[in-house]
Amino acid sequence: MDTAILCRNLKKTYDGKVEAVRGLDLEICAGECFGLLGPNGAGKTTTIEILEGLLAPTSGEVEVLGMTWAGHERELRELLGISLQETRLSEKLTVRETLGLFASFYRYPASVPHVLEELSLTEKADAMVGKLSGGQKQRLAVATALVGNPKILFLDEPTTGLDPQSRRQLWDIIRQFQQKRGTVLLTTHYMDEAERLCDRLAIIDYGKIIASGTPEELIAGLSGHHVVEFAIQGGNGAGNDLWARLPGVQKVRSEDGFIALRVDEPHLTIPALLTAVQQQHAQLAHLTTRQASLEDVFVHLTGRHLRED
Amino acid sequence: MALPEVQIEPPKTRTPVVMNGRWAGYRALLGARMKELWREPEVIFWVFVFPILLALGLGIAFRDKPPDVTPIVVVSNAHAQAVMALLEHSLAANAIHADMLDEKTAFDRFRLGQYALVVTYDGRELQYRFDPARPESVLARSQVDDALQTAAGRGEAVKTQTTQSSEPGARYIDFLIPGLLGMNLMNSGMWGIGFAVVDMRQRKLLKRFIASPMRRLDFLLALGSSRLVLMIIEVVLLLGFGVLVFRMKVEGSVLAILLVAGLGAISFGGVGLLTASRAQKIESVSGLINLVMMPMWIFSGVFFSYERFPKIVQPLIKALPLTALNDALRAIILQGSTLSSQWAPLGVMIVWGGLSFFVALKWFRWT
Repeated sequence: MDTAILCRNLKKTYDGKVEAVRGLDLEICAGECFGLLGPNGAGKTTTIEILEGLLAPTSGEVEVLGMTWAGHERELRELLGISLQETRLSEKLTVRETLGLFASFYRYPASVPHVLEELSLTEKADAMVGKLSGGQKQRLAVATALVGNPKILFLDEPTTGLDPQSRRQLWDIIRQFQQKRGTVLLTTHYMDEAERLCDRLAIIDYGKIIASGTPEELIAGLSGHHVVEFAIQGGNGAGNDLWARLPGVQKVRSEDGFIALRVDEPHLTIPALLTAVQQQHAQLAHLTTRQASLEDVFVHLTGRHLRED
Repeated sequence: MALPEVQIEPPKTRTPVVMNGRWAGYRALLGARMKELWREPEVIFWVFVFPILLALGLGIAFRDKPPDVTPIVVVSNAHAQAVMALLEHSLAANAIHADMLDEKTAFDRFRLGQYALVVTYDGRELQYRFDPARPESVLARSQVDDALQTAAGRGEAVKTQTTQSSEPGARYIDFLIPGLLGMNLMNSGMWGIGFAVVDMRQRKLLKRFIASPMRRLDFLLALGSSRLVLMIIEVVLLLGFGVLVFRMKVEGSVLAILLVAGLGAISFGGVGLLTASRAQKIESVSGLINLVMMPMWIFSGVFFSYERFPKIVQPLIKALPLTALNDALRAIILQGSTLSSQWAPLGVMIVWGGLSFFVALKWFRWT
């Protein structure tokens, strides 16, 4: 497969002090959807802006579609579609005018009505940008990136702050683009977004990749693919070691009164858990079981959650 | 190392492929800018309505008033009638209004300020009572004395001739309108470029633009062109208003006026761009713009002639771009000067505009 984006030993230090990116290697194939997953401040935006040619790296190499930013900026700009984390487009232009403006910058733009149709913005074509909802504004931002007929689409936190319906709508748009052989690089701090949308992803923390692969590989890499979460009331105040001794338990975490067990075979662990709770003369206040997610991978790797709300 | 040749090919899509020419981006940027301006009611007010209101207000406040009539009183006695007759037939008959009252009332009303002068004539001698602390009283004394002496047969030592002047071209409103035009070109150039650029930077729109293949030069050209379009409307509105409402006479050629105004608009656009080249926030650029414009409001002769400032600062005042613009506009509009005679102020504007534009390009931050 062709390489769409390549970077080696990428570093970015702001003002000689703040190390935002500390040695990052990526190889993104043409036609895949690649995600940079990490908490706020992990260096995702710095990384994607370096790859977009908007920031110069302190050191390291970047190649996009086999070209460097220094050598082929004009050509690259024609081939990439970029949506920044927060751009407030002019409120006094209509959706159609905004899209027409961005289309005018490209040598071979897509047809504006066609892009409007694809992003379900036809109804809003003559509405002022200032009157759009958050989801519509975000779709328009992606539309301004797609109107140039890009080979690669860069999306920095495309669904942050959107309602669930708008998020799903954007996911569909991204998948559509990918089906037409487009390459997508996106950043997100939503693990469900990364899990559903990305073919491969890299988990970034403190400017470094701490894990990468397909979502399935990353989850499979955890010992214990299932999570059993419960809470108890009363009892003799059993410690985490008691739960760790239950059959099949790989790891125990307690947080906010909840205890999460990462297990390989829940059908062995749960009966033993129920017995243990009874022996402690405690009552089970809560019990759920689910597949391990990327969130668990992140927690396992860093001891922190992706989003600190 | 030779760079590989990269050919951008038209994409293979089912929809018909449009190819954009070299200037498509410029045209779209200019169109978008004009639409945005037009849809912003504040812009319409500050750029077009406000200067006209200002001209109207000041024009009315400083309009030509009818000549003052000086009220005086003649103390009634046997000879008073003779004084009244002399005044009636004097040259100053229109400028003096005389009443006849008994001595006590006359002095009382003079004291209250109702009359500027008390005249008493006993048949041999004229007596004037006036207050040297009241200018109109001093004026009335010499006016009345002059009128009476002349009417009584005093000849002129030297022959004199007087012409009254309140011709269009020499009035305050004629001085004011070119100054307001200059000030308006400065205001809209500084705000129109400076504010717009920082606003777009703050909204990350500049960054979004340079993430696309937009040519940076096209962006700046479109900003400058939008200023020129507004400039033409500003000139036509304000001068047209002066001509229609205040019967102002435009002596110079309209083309020369537009060229000077255009140079002014571009020059202040350059200064505005420099002011806005790095600021990240609207608040900080607003302060900067006011700081830059403040000295010019005061010194550049918008509302009154800068000749009133001390001689020593005159060269500095003349080096300000607004002074240059106002001088050139007044010379062409009021005196019908040619463009070439205005090389000095035009040069000042070119230097300001050119220098600030190049420094701005060096410092400019798109992100």
